[in-house]
Amino acid sequence: MNRIIKIIFLDILKNKIVLAYTLILALLSWSSFGLEDNSAKGLLTILNVILFTVPLVSILFATIYLYNSSEFIELLLSQPVKRKKIWLSLFLGLSLSMVAAFFIGAGIPLLVNAPDSVGIMMVIVGCLISIIFVALAFLSSILTRDKAKGIGIAIMTWLYFALLFDGLVLFLLFQFSEYPIEKAMVAVTAFSPIDLARIQILLQLDVSAMMGYTGAIFKDFFGTAIGLMVSFMFLCLWAIIPFYISLKKFKNKDL
Amino acid sequence: MIEIKNIYKKFGKLEVLSDVNLTFNKGKCVALIGPNGCGKTTLIKSVLGMVIPSKGDILFDQKSILNKYKYREQIGYMPQIGRYPDYMTVGQIIEMMKKIRNSDAVLDEDLIKAFELEKIFDKQMRTLSGGTTQKVSATLAFLFNPDVLILDEPTAGLDPLASEILKEKIIKEREKGKLILITSHLLSELDDLISEIIFMQDGKVHFHKTVHDLLQTTNEQRISKAIASILKSKQ
Repeated sequence: MNRIIKIIFLDILKNKIVLAYTLILALLSWSSFGLEDNSAKGLLTILNVILFTVPLVSILFATIYLYNSSEFIELLLSQPVKRKKIWLSLFLGLSLSMVAAFFIGAGIPLLVNAPDSVGIMMVIVGCLISIIFVALAFLSSILTRDKAKGIGIAIMTWLYFALLFDGLVLFLLFQFSEYPIEKAMVAVTAFSPIDLARIQILLQLDVSAMMGYTGAIFKDFFGTAIGLMVSFMFLCLWAIIPFYISLKKFKNKDL
Repeated sequence: MIEIKNIYKKFGKLEVLSDVNLTFNKGKCVALIGPNGCGKTTLIKSVLGMVIPSKGDILFDQKSILNKYKYREQIGYMPQIGRYPDYMTVGQIIEMMKKIRNSDAVLDEDLIKAFELEKIFDKQMRTLSGGTTQKVSATLAFLFNPDVLILDEPTAGLDPLASEILKEKIIKEREKGKLILITSHLLSELDDLISEIIFMQDGKVHFHKTVHDLLQTTNEQRISKAIASILKSKQ
């Protein structure tokens, strides 16, 4: 296992895209803390980075990397290596490098400028989001052999979670505003990893006081220890389930 | 050594292999021939576990290979079109394979020397010509001294000199008692190599005979003529 992960990890580190991604994250994070007078505003800027850039880069880079390593996968398959091991090593290698890039780029400035529960929470959530979208990339690249289609699916997935899902939720909120749906909204957030992450972080910030009644309900649920555990569990499931499905498919794939 | 039992494979609606039954024994050099698209490569890839058969079983040393991987330690595979990571150099590919196999077996570096691969060790794979890529593939197949060699169109794309080197190597390994499986269209090249011949058509095994039998029943001197006369008599 370790030998293959090492080969993959070193191969990704050589890739200049990951380096550029790290530098851009670092630039954004340091400058948003430098420009704002209090760290809460800087945190909000980085929050948007975590919720938009990190998923996009993670899913796109991982999808393209997987398609480009089809030769490597083929080569390994004719060797005495388990299929599960190949797929798992690719996943661990990619997750590890995306998490490392996020941690060096955004994690360090976060921990330096906001060394409290919010900062730590954001680092954890950002790492989880990186892993979740790498897992989604595995799912989208196993669904089709066509590289263009696979990347298309990856972009649509990101678009759906980053933008469309919120639109749908708002639509539902307005349509059913006559009904007491605040509790149902808590359940609906479980269907999007980005929303789960956003609520986790917003509730740690003071701005949650401005979110009105729904905010209060959210605080009631996510603010408690059990709510926190449950939402973290959901985030973990968002990484495990897509990867597990892709692993099942990969085991039966013809190459 | 390898037993193929009632293998079926469908790609969508297309039936590529239907009810294939074959046995390969140690010390034999078997040629797998047939028209394009008759299922030769699919059969080979099923033995390697790269294609998973829809039905049937494959035994390697009396053990089923489905969902197994250890048995591949004893197989060297040379693909028809070798695909390698573009930006790795020849040297890196060979180093990587050594790391992945992690075997203590003595490495067989004959072909590295014979093909003079040291000279191109620092060239990237994407800059290599088709024939040179084939040389790398051949070297990797023989490198770990496997008991079984599966060669898919080994001499296609190689220059006469290189293909002669490869043929000599194949004969040398056959003498050591290894099982060698070759697919080829160049029947004239097979004459001094093989001991058994399998003819496939439309996913079915047409016949499986020793070369001796084949030549006797058709009264011919060369394999290519014998096959031609069988094909003619069928029409």
